Amino acid sequence: MAFESLTDKLQNVFKNLRSKGRLTEEDVKSALKEVKMALLEADVNFKVVKQFVKAVEERAIGQDVMNGLNPGQMVIKIVNEEMVNLMGSETTEIAMQPGKAITVIMMAGLQGAGKTTATAKIAGKLKLKGKKPLLVACDIYRPAAIEQLQINGKKQEVDVFSMGTDHKPAEIAKKAIAYAEKNGHNVVILDTAGRLHVDEDMMAELQEIKETVTVHQTLLVVDAMTGQDAVNVAKEFDEKVGVDGVILSKMDGDTRGGAALSIKAVTGKPILFVSMGEKLSDLEQFYPDRMASRILGMGDVLSLIDKA
Amino acid sequence: TKTRDNIVRGIDSVFSGFSAIDDDFYEELEEILIMGDIGVNATTAIVERLKQQVKEKHIKEPSECKQLLIESIKEQMQVDETAYDFEKEQSVIMVIGVNGVGKTTSVGKLAGKLKDEGRKVLIAAADTFRAAAGDQLAEWASRADVPMIGGKEGADPASVVFDAVNAAKARGVDVLLVDTAGRLHNKKNLMEELRKMNRIIDKEFPNAHRENLIVLDGTTGQNALVQAREFGEVADLTGIILTKMDGTAKGGIAVAIQSELKVPVKYIGVGESIEDLQKFNSDEFVNALFDV
Ligand SMILES: Nc1nc2c(ncn2[C@@H]2O[C@H](COP(=O)(O)OP(=O)(O)OP(=O)(O)O)[C@@H](O)[C@H]2O)c(=O)[nH]1
Ligand SMILES: Nc1nc2c(ncn2[C@@H]2O[C@H](COP(=O)(O)OP(=O)(O)OP(=O)(O)O)[C@@H](O)[C@H]2O)c(=O)[nH]1
Ligand SMILES: [Mg+2]
Ligand SMILES: [Mg+2]
Repeated sequence: MAFESLTDKLQNVFKNLRSKGRLTEEDVKSALKEVKMALLEADVNFKVVKQFVKAVEERAIGQDVMNGLNPGQMVIKIVNEEMVNLMGSETTEIAMQPGKAITVIMMAGLQGAGKTTATAKIAGKLKLKGKKPLLVACDIYRPAAIEQLQINGKKQEVDVFSMGTDHKPAEIAKKAIAYAEKNGHNVVILDTAGRLHVDEDMMAELQEIKETVTVHQTLLVVDAMTGQDAVNVAKEFDEKVGVDGVILSKMDGDTRGGAALSIKAVTGKPILFVSMGEKLSDLEQFYPDRMASRILGMGDVLSLIDKA
Repeated sequence: TKTRDNIVRGIDSVFSGFSAIDDDFYEELEEILIMGDIGVNATTAIVERLKQQVKEKHIKEPSECKQLLIESIKEQMQVDETAYDFEKEQSVIMVIGVNGVGKTTSVGKLAGKLKDEGRKVLIAAADTFRAAAGDQLAEWASRADVPMIGGKEGADPASVVFDAVNAAKARGVDVLLVDTAGRLHNKKNLMEELRKMNRIIDKEFPNAHRENLIVLDGTTGQNALVQAREFGEVADLTGIILTKMDGTAKGGIAVAIQSELKVPVKYIGVGESIEDLQKFNSDEFVNALFDV
């Protein structure tokens, strides 16, 4: 994979360099060319890459090279810092309503992203924290979507609310919250149908849910393998529906997941979880710094820099 | 948004800003290709090829350049007429790919299409893993009005395939479509399971025309190339179904796959209804790539 080789490439770029003093414009430019390629191969959006590389360049030129580092590593150090800067360095939790109040979470995303699976996974996590979740089948379109949620709910031993496929999702959400109030549920998770960000009617459906009930957290589920289009998707969902946090799915694959960086850069929304498999326990906290080195493929160099 | 009527407008706007073939022009071309998910390597190769041609043919006008480039990608993406022979023969089609890309939906759409063409179709539900996968496929079988075999959660998928192949032979079925569970290509066990299913079909039905169609989500980036390579290792790929092409993604990774692995796109998915499957049209696809 191109991943490992970024280290090699950078070492090559700087092989003939003797200077240990300051990073010259030339040093920085040739190193950043490799960084740019690596980011593009990782599916970071082209425009985001351009902005990012420019920011790094501005910061790096003229910088003193730290003791124990070669110029290539110095550039990488700055690249990594800028990336962590962009991705945020802290983990974020789902914001829950205080006390006994019900927290309403709405899942959203493209078709097949992993919403229904994530719905059940989050319920399991919250249950462990002593919450009593209710899953709500608001996908009235996909064949067997309701059955899928019911089976997953059963596996997690949490209740699933559904009204079949003949009612509007907004109405189902409303009835579900009334049901939750009556039955002592303190978290309601709405599983919605997959939809394209350019499908006006389907996007309006999510708006209608939000107009009908109070949604405290709208979570966008994004497939980690998404390519250049991730920014369009995230931007449209955020503008049209409003997104509070992101879940990155299918991170158990070998994709470098550059979409994470693109989405963060464009929407500024925190990534809450990474989904790591099909089992309903495969949901992990998101660590921005780990993601940064996964995208860059520079884990080894980073640990080197840490020691310097 | 199911048709792509605004295709042609885009191409010209890309090239209109340039009066000479210079570095900026090439750079802009590269940007467009990369934004379409074609990837750095394939993009560099395409642009290098173009530069070569420009030199050899002494081309001076950016517009001529544009035509050259478009034609060369179109030609590369062209599908042989024989690609669709299986539609008319006795065949077994295994539909494979990573999670959530649109396999089950594509099986349903393909069943509907073949049934409409008067073929006798059977569907095998060899995804016995995902919650409600069988129910989902059963709904598609009923929409397409074709019979389905298997689908019990937890059953051995290889035995479902075995049963289905033998049922297909016994019932004189024309086309057997096998829906498989989504699996990531880096999961060894799951990939071995697929290899086994593929082998069973070969062994049980050696005379059938075989197709292994990999379903790729048109929104996927560079990882789709790895997917195609790894799936090809366990089951010979005969084509790609590129789904979710009704969105704004361009599916450009298919160009990289075609040039590296020589696997053609045969169908595109353009929606969630049964009629939303089209034969791949290389002209439309390439035009859309340049629609910025
Ligand atoms: N390997 C892997 N598979 C996942 C992960 N999350 C979900 N999946 C699988 O991806 C496929 C789609 O997941 P769903 O939860 O049905 O996705 P969805 O967004 O609800 O899909 P629609 O409702 O059709 O839009 C299923 O096969 C899931 O098992 C993950 O983190 N890793
Ligand atoms: N917009 C759009 N959605 C599609 C298309 N093809 C499939 N889908 C949707 O994508 C989601 C996943 O489709 P499935 O057919 O379940 O995908 P799969 O590959 O069988 O998924 P797993 O079996 O879970 O791995 C569903 O919501 C489908 O309706 C397409 O061409 N366009
Ligand atoms: Mg779903
Ligand atoms: Mg399926």
